[in-house]
Amino acid sequence: MILLWLIIILLVGGLLAWTVGCWSASAARWIALVAVSADFVIGLIVWVRSAGRVDLLQQQAWLRELDWNWIPPFGIHFHLALDGLSLLLIMLTFLLGMMSVLASWTEIQDAVGFFHLNLLWVLAGIVGVFLAMDLFLFYFAWELMLVPMYFLIAIWGHERRLYAAVKFFLFTQFSGLLMLIAILALYFAHHTATGVFTFEYDALLGSPLSPHAALWIMLGFFVAFAVKLPMFPFHTWLPDAHTEAPTAGSVVLAGLLLKTGAYGLLRFVMPLFPAAARSFAPFAMALAVIGILYGAILAFAQTDLKRLVAYTSVNHLGFVLLGIFAWNKLALQGALITIVCHGVSTGALFILVGALQERLHTRELARMGGLWETIPRLGGVGLFFALASMGLPGLGDFVGEFMILLGVYQKSRILTIVAAVGILASTFYALKFVQYAFHGANHYHWALPDLRVREAIIFAPLIVILLWLGLYPQLVFNTFNPAMEQLQQDAGRDLHAQRR
Amino acid sequence: MNTVDLLALLPFLLIAGTSVFVMLAIAVWRSHWLSLGMALAGTAAAFASLWLVAPLVPRKVTSLLILDQYALFYIGLMIAATFTIAIFCYGYLQCHSESREELYVLLLVATLGSMVLVASSHFVSFFLGLEILSVALYALSAYLHTRSRPLEAGIKYLILAGASSAFLLFGIALIYAQTGTMELFRLAALLTGAQNSPLVLAGLAFIVTGIGFKLGVVPFHLWTPDVYEGAPAPVTAFIATVSKGAMFALLLRYFYTVGAQHFRPIFVLVAVIAIASMIIGNLMALLQNNVKRILAYSSIAQMGYLLVAFEASSVTASEAIAFYLVSYFITTLGAFGVVTVLSNGERDADTLEDYTGLFWRRPMLASIFTLMLLSLAGIPVTAGFLAKFYVVAAGACAGIWALILFLVITSVIGLFYYLRVVITMYARVQDEAPHVEPHAIGGSYVLVVLTILLVWLGVYPAPLLNVIRRVLPI
Repeated sequence: MILLWLIIILLVGGLLAWTVGCWSASAARWIALVAVSADFVIGLIVWVRSAGRVDLLQQQAWLRELDWNWIPPFGIHFHLALDGLSLLLIMLTFLLGMMSVLASWTEIQDAVGFFHLNLLWVLAGIVGVFLAMDLFLFYFAWELMLVPMYFLIAIWGHERRLYAAVKFFLFTQFSGLLMLIAILALYFAHHTATGVFTFEYDALLGSPLSPHAALWIMLGFFVAFAVKLPMFPFHTWLPDAHTEAPTAGSVVLAGLLLKTGAYGLLRFVMPLFPAAARSFAPFAMALAVIGILYGAILAFAQTDLKRLVAYTSVNHLGFVLLGIFAWNKLALQGALITIVCHGVSTGALFILVGALQERLHTRELARMGGLWETIPRLGGVGLFFALASMGLPGLGDFVGEFMILLGVYQKSRILTIVAAVGILASTFYALKFVQYAFHGANHYHWALPDLRVREAIIFAPLIVILLWLGLYPQLVFNTFNPAMEQLQQDAGRDLHAQRR
Repeated sequence: MNTVDLLALLPFLLIAGTSVFVMLAIAVWRSHWLSLGMALAGTAAAFASLWLVAPLVPRKVTSLLILDQYALFYIGLMIAATFTIAIFCYGYLQCHSESREELYVLLLVATLGSMVLVASSHFVSFFLGLEILSVALYALSAYLHTRSRPLEAGIKYLILAGASSAFLLFGIALIYAQTGTMELFRLAALLTGAQNSPLVLAGLAFIVTGIGFKLGVVPFHLWTPDVYEGAPAPVTAFIATVSKGAMFALLLRYFYTVGAQHFRPIFVLVAVIAIASMIIGNLMALLQNNVKRILAYSSIAQMGYLLVAFEASSVTASEAIAFYLVSYFITTLGAFGVVTVLSNGERDADTLEDYTGLFWRRPMLASIFTLMLLSLAGIPVTAGFLAKFYVVAAGACAGIWALILFLVITSVIGLFYYLRVVITMYARVQDEAPHVEPHAIGGSYVLVVLTILLVWLGVYPAPLLNVIRRVLPI
């Protein structure tokens, strides 16, 4: 039940915020903040409680579960379940959710209630994606994330918001429909093989598929996740959507929506179609490495600060894709840490850019320079997150990328070397960001207010989390490992069968 | 024909009787309110009588009509839609001064025609039902005869529908020439042996033409945008839902009973029509600036999706079609309901400008319209999503992957124009121009009900699915 409450709190909180927003904007903000914080606290409680029982219940992978009949004629269940992977991701969701609400505190002045309705509903959709264990429900939540996100970009976005919003919607919707076809194909293939109509994840895990069918169905899923991730040739919606979205929208997009793609690969593509995924892995990994380099180079070439940060996502998520398809323990742990840390550091960077834009009314790097002089504390924060993003040892991103490289090294040395060059390339854009924005002479004679209390409240926990994950990530691994072993076991099914 | 037969015809008698009574009442005392009240009472009674009739079915009433669960289900749908539309009409006509009452007579007559269609088991009742429906629709389209657009729509519809009726009759004649019968169930036995006969194939092709015209599928769609645009908004809602829905139910019954969708040439013909409708409907809608025209082209595409389910030809397919039609009815009624509520005495609210910034003026109405459009686009939480899912499932089950792929690609194109309308409503307008306050009263409440239904079906469709499973197969 607690899983359902996590979603209901967000949905109802959103509706409340909308209703109250008609009279008082700040009440709407507070309601949204309280709703997300309540979820965060519930999540923390679940996490702390589960920490003790992880080793006891190796047999049962789910920490929490909820399974109701939903649409019996189709064999559709309302099945939510939580394991270590989902738990970490929903914690990230709530954390960034709170930060998004705080970051929009002064930025959003129009239709505040409706804004928070959309923000909370997009979070609800994301939580649904991370918890759904019925493929139909998963698709339902997957599509549900889109509409509020579309509104966030289209109503509160910047200059080219309509173009960006429509592009975002069409890319994800088209790939989503391909996934729907794949889900249905799997559903009917499973029925042909076993005589049972079901969308249940657990049931479909063992579905006997012909290699040919498995490859096509896997590709249907893969495209949907690759577009969300985004993987190299499918990434073109990302810079537009991220740049045009309001700060909260960018944070949710980069920090969470992209992660649903990574989550889908981890949860569905690899375990459901192990053989097909393994045969496809070289292509995916090659594309991942291209994405790493391409993202870094394009980020370096940007003059718009927000676009620069947007392209770093292509770079970082390339690492995640690489790690997932390497599919060994080190690489997977690395991928998870990268997922979390990229969410935190990129989210923070977007909030920072938003804060700068609020002060400067521009995102052009050329119009900045010498800002350290007037806003030293904000500059320090910027430096910190830029260093985190480029993978400075001691901060979370480094741990993730390093572990991914270690894991991938066992699969392919060449790819490891090229990807390592990608880390080097990320240094350039991170330093460019700091140098152009904060260093140098203050040509335009900016005199701006420095870090506000509200902003300090946003950045401080994010800094602590990055340091924590960089110095002692073991706690996260403890939560993740049972889930990871289960996934690896599911994905290794066919290998065992062959050996036998 | 005995008493039980008459009792089985109760819904028909009630609707027909109400139309006569409304007409007489107008002769005695002209009152808009009274006419509406009688029409509503009649439709409500007819709807309630379905439960009375349900234990008596299946029953053949003369050789013309077959009353079975299938027919009752669709009759119920038609009557419910008419009830809704009558309420919309009231608000819409309130701002017109002259001859408001006759509309309800025509509306009831048209409904009667559509009911005959869904219960038809003989070419004669097919043609009769079609003509009762069509003749009432000519008058309804041109109802506001002081404006030029409705007149144009009426004339256009008259001429093209006349031509299509001729095609239909010719097709019926050809099949009669081959088989010597016009009864559906005897045809079913006779046609299976004669599926390569050129007469039968030509006859079926002509019938597809006639039905295709009513459905407004490509290449018989040319009337659709003009009539949608010209006809008064509630009448357009009627054409889009009751007229098309009845035709589709009839298509399904005739072809599935005979098994004609399995004939290779017919299968290919319908597939081509479906693909063309999806592509042209969605592409043309991109170019429109008029909301009614956008909805017209969107309905062409929706009919294309329905034909994809038709092609799947299975029990799942007919269930999918039933669910799709229910969701399509709710959505279309909702969408045109919004147009109706926003319209005023001078013109219908059909340009995109009428919707600019609607959300900031009337948030409820804009939210409802948004949900309706998202349902047409097939986005979750709305019934349209599950409907599309059902159709895709039926197609995937039958393995018609090419059609499914077209459905997916074109529905992404479709998103463009739905989103365009949606985003128009959320656009910021600088000057808060004093808009003419709309007059409809009951319409807004009906819209809320429709929205609740839409979301309910989208989130918890199990009850309706159970009904559909029980009622179908044909």
